[in-house]
Amino acid sequence: MTTNSPSKVHITTTINGQQHELLVPGYMSLLDTLRELIGLTGTKEGCLDGNCGACTVSVDGRIVDSCLVLGAEVDGKEVDTVEGMASPDGLHPLQQAFLEEAALQCGICTPGFLVAAKGLLDNEPSPSEDRIRHWLAGNLCRCTGYDKIVRAVQKASS
Amino acid sequence: MHPFAYVAPKTVSEAVSVLAEHGDRARPLAGGTDLLVKARANVWDLDAVVDVKNIPELMSLSINGAGLSIGAGVPCCQVYEHKDIQEQYPGIIDGASIIGGIQIQSRAGLGGNLCNAAPSGDGIPALIAYSAVAKISGPNGNREVAVEDFATGPSRTVLENGELLTSIEIPKPAANSGAAYTRFIPRNEMDIAVAGVGVFVQLDSEGKKFESARIALASVGPTPILAQKAGDSLAGKPVNDESIASAASLAKDAASPITDMRGTVDQRKHLVEVLTGRMLNQAIERARG
Ligand SMILES: Cc1cc2nc3c(=O)[nH]c(=O)nc-3n(C[C@H](O)[C@H](O)[C@H](O)COP(=O)(O)OP(=O)(O)OC[C@H]3O[C@@H](n4cnc5c(N)ncnc54)[C@H](O)[C@@H]3O)c2cc1C
Ligand code: FES
Ligand code: FES
Repeated sequence: MTTNSPSKVHITTTINGQQHELLVPGYMSLLDTLRELIGLTGTKEGCLDGNCGACTVSVDGRIVDSCLVLGAEVDGKEVDTVEGMASPDGLHPLQQAFLEEAALQCGICTPGFLVAAKGLLDNEPSPSEDRIRHWLAGNLCRCTGYDKIVRAVQKASS
Repeated sequence: MHPFAYVAPKTVSEAVSVLAEHGDRARPLAGGTDLLVKARANVWDLDAVVDVKNIPELMSLSINGAGLSIGAGVPCCQVYEHKDIQEQYPGIIDGASIIGGIQIQSRAGLGGNLCNAAPSGDGIPALIAYSAVAKISGPNGNREVAVEDFATGPSRTVLENGELLTSIEIPKPAANSGAAYTRFIPRNEMDIAVAGVGVFVQLDSEGKKFESARIALASVGPTPILAQKAGDSLAGKPVNDESIASAASLAKDAASPITDMRGTVDQRKHLVEVLTGRMLNQAIERARG
């Protein structure tokens, strides 16, 4: 009777606009819920302690580190991940700008940076360079040196 | 992560009874930015986490003539985005807006900061400086504890088995008052304070004399510290460099730091003196409007 096990929680959540009903173990992170239960592996695991931001997703419009959220906590909430950024018509302007500015090398940090930057531009379409750097302080990249990432975000802002 | 159950009560009394039942094998979950890091590191063996964010009382944020009430589960972003808090409680904003990065601030709250009881908790010194009070509910009813008495050691608090922090109450600041908090870190963001100082000052109506002051320190003792003598030394003194320098020196005396990878005893004591001077000047500027 695993489905009725008391340590599993029944949740209904909207992920990238699509409703999902899930049974999640009470201790499973949102990161593992996305990657292992739903198969959305765009969200990356880096440090597992809130420092690197590779696991950044948006919950009800606020960016969070999904390694520090439990899957059970997103019952009734809207979760947006990197997989929801592109549309059938093409890449999101941030994704396009990351490509054009070569704002990635190994790419492990990229989904986190994209989701975080989207969280900024959705609310502040033309942030200053300082604002962009401050906003992205919770995302680490060990390849690019950040300048190209900041330039890409500037390019995607209006 | 040690397998634990997730419980999401809707009332304080339900939360208290789950906590009381499990003793130290259950913990409240606010933003989880300390709890889930520690749970993953197996700091505790947990049977259950009790999510407090479905309890309306713990998620309420209100400001009125009596003061500011911050529910124990309210995240920092809601505090520092609040226009009235920005205007009336700039010292609270100083602390709430530097805890982690944006992702952390979407979740982490001042309640969790207080209950986590790190000596370096950036939210705590300003709360102490503003004379904030922690409201607690437990199996034996409700009680209130001054924020400076809440932590009893690193990761230790006055909370007894089954007790829950429900809110932090901050009295309305007097006229001609101001407050400020800052910390020293080697980076621009995302680091643990080497030393932190929060101050509150109340000036006379001309802005020339101190009526009263409170000074609180982070990362220079086993808990955040109220530097009572340093604050009291300012009462009745003229607002000038000499009064400020002598209070800063008393604050330095109140610090009892250790040497660790982040800083030495001498560096930390020196930082307390310098930051106290800076924060007093900033709070004075804010008090004068
Ligand atoms: C990357 C990163 C950066 C950080 N940067 C900083 C920083 O710059 N400055 C800083 O001060 N801290 C920092 N922190 C630590 C942490 O974010 C803060 O202490 C935060 O305020 C904790 O709040 P929370 O709501 O997430 O608490 P939680 O993690 O939910 O809880 C913290 C502790 O308090 C207990 N608790 C929670 N709510 C209650 C309640 N209502 N009643 C009783 N007990 C309760 C929990 O059981 C747990 O032991 C950082 C953490 C990370 C991961
Ligand atoms: S994996 Fe979540 S912040 Fe690094
Ligand atoms: S591109 Fe490799 S970590 Fe950022």
